[in-house]
Amino acid sequence: MKNTVTNRKIICDVLMENAEKDKDIVALCSDSRGSASMTPFFEKYPGQSVEVGIAEQDLVGIAAGLAKCGKKPYAFSPASFLTTRSYEQAKVDCAYSDTNVKLIGISGGISYGALGMSHHSAQDIAAMSSIPNMRVYLPSDRHETRHLIEALLKDEKCAYVRIGRNAVEDVYESVEKCPFRPDKANILKDGDDAAIIACGEMVYPALEAAKLLEKEGIHASVTDMYCIKPLDVETVLKVASKARAVITVEEHSPFGGLGSMVASVLSENEPKKMKILSLPDSPVITGNSQQVFDHYGLNPEGIRDTVKEMLDR
Amino acid sequence: MENLKALSYELRKNTVDIIRNGGGGHIGGDMSVMEILVELYFEEMNISPEKADDPSRDRFVMSKGHSVEALYAVLAEKGFFLLKEVLDSFSKFGSKFIGHPNNKLPGIEMNSGSLGHGLPVGVGMALAGKMNKSDYRVYVVMGDGELAEGSVWEGAMSGHNYGLDNLCAVIDRNRLQISGSTEEVMKQDDQKERWSAFGWHVGDIKNGNDIDELREGFKEAREFKGEPTVIIANTIKGCGSAVMENKASWHHHVPSDEEYAGIMKDLEKRKEALL
Repeated sequence: MKNTVTNRKIICDVLMENAEKDKDIVALCSDSRGSASMTPFFEKYPGQSVEVGIAEQDLVGIAAGLAKCGKKPYAFSPASFLTTRSYEQAKVDCAYSDTNVKLIGISGGISYGALGMSHHSAQDIAAMSSIPNMRVYLPSDRHETRHLIEALLKDEKCAYVRIGRNAVEDVYESVEKCPFRPDKANILKDGDDAAIIACGEMVYPALEAAKLLEKEGIHASVTDMYCIKPLDVETVLKVASKARAVITVEEHSPFGGLGSMVASVLSENEPKKMKILSLPDSPVITGNSQQVFDHYGLNPEGIRDTVKEMLDR
Repeated sequence: MENLKALSYELRKNTVDIIRNGGGGHIGGDMSVMEILVELYFEEMNISPEKADDPSRDRFVMSKGHSVEALYAVLAEKGFFLLKEVLDSFSKFGSKFIGHPNNKLPGIEMNSGSLGHGLPVGVGMALAGKMNKSDYRVYVVMGDGELAEGSVWEGAMSGHNYGLDNLCAVIDRNRLQISGSTEEVMKQDDQKERWSAFGWHVGDIKNGNDIDELREGFKEAREFKGEPTVIIANTIKGCGSAVMENKASWHHHVPSDEEYAGIMKDLEKRKEALL
């Protein structure tokens, strides 16, 4: 592991860089400022910080009220609680009422490892994506996270961002070399045999898998679909049209996530042989993130093997 | 001063017409909350169509969103839109005037409908006011059945925690909900003690359908510093006509022709007595 800087720290950095000149930026936590790496923000900008205690419904409702009065609230809570306990506030107070609330789901997916399914958010993409007017983003590394938060600071619509708890390897060499365009996926590698489309923490292993495949003469494209909703349909069709098979990779339930969305786009436009690589439809095996990913084939070797299976190689 | 007591009865008539035209509506709670809305919109709050986007305007959240027909009648009277528009289209295909508040309409800040959302939102609005050093006030109207929602008490905790004396919650305490008496469904007295225990200043209004008592309550809330105020307004569900008063079955009900005639007669009579 070369990179040790977490995506959550980057979010705190970006907000702190902007909070001095933009007094409307407000951070809210539900006894989660440590987990969110937001302690420095709370210490430096107490007048722009709101602690609500362990009360996620209150967290999102208050954020919506702040937004309605011109503030730019960033509400941090573990993704598991934020997208289920306060789901209705996300739906009614944020999306339906059209308030500028940015919901930051920390420790997303199975980040909490052995803490169990109560703390896992393998349903958040499905839940949040099905809310009209809610955008859903899963940045792949710290550089993309920076671009994403900087872009979100400039708009006035609600959005859900899911990040993991642990530092992840850099997908992009630097911030400058991360070609961020709002709601446009990045094709990280070209290839005509198979198209791998991944999001969040699965982008790095997808890219590694493609390198392993190259060694075997299999050319797979890799797409970083950080924008789950609105999905970059154009890029999905572009990479899929050239490929014999499409493989999606996500740290999510097999239902209603990236794979489901890509599948619906392809079935309507460009039917392809397809595989959705995801977490199982069950509580996951006990272990840290990497152990769990390894167990379910959500690692370079597992993704490589799945691609070969799909290509009958 | 305009005769708000009489106006409340006139607006009840409009509300009943809205419900009849739309073929549905939460008539019982519309009738109980009417004076609360009239006093807020025509006396207490700094809100008008001209100031709809003014950052210093007071903020209002109808947390008991099902009483939207009463809110429509009040907002139309206030000039946010025409009563005729509501009467012609309420609940009809493609209408903007749906059965719960929708902030695509002028004069409505937040969408509601699912209960228990308004108080946390109001807390956020009040916090923003404090942060911006703006002196607007925030008003949240809740039903008493709504108080079973846990999120109300999350909001109550945070309102006290941040000492939001620019926040005023009003409870339309009509003691009936869709299944019957609030005390039989999930007993809640004494609400005064509950809110006090959560650190709120409590205003107890014996007759929440009396404009004078409400005015006194809102004045006290405005003057109380350091804590948010909750006004427990003891109202009568279906207030305005014996046909519907204190009947849980009128929580959601469209009056028949016969009931309609009786209600309109009662409302007119009570209105005239106040002129």
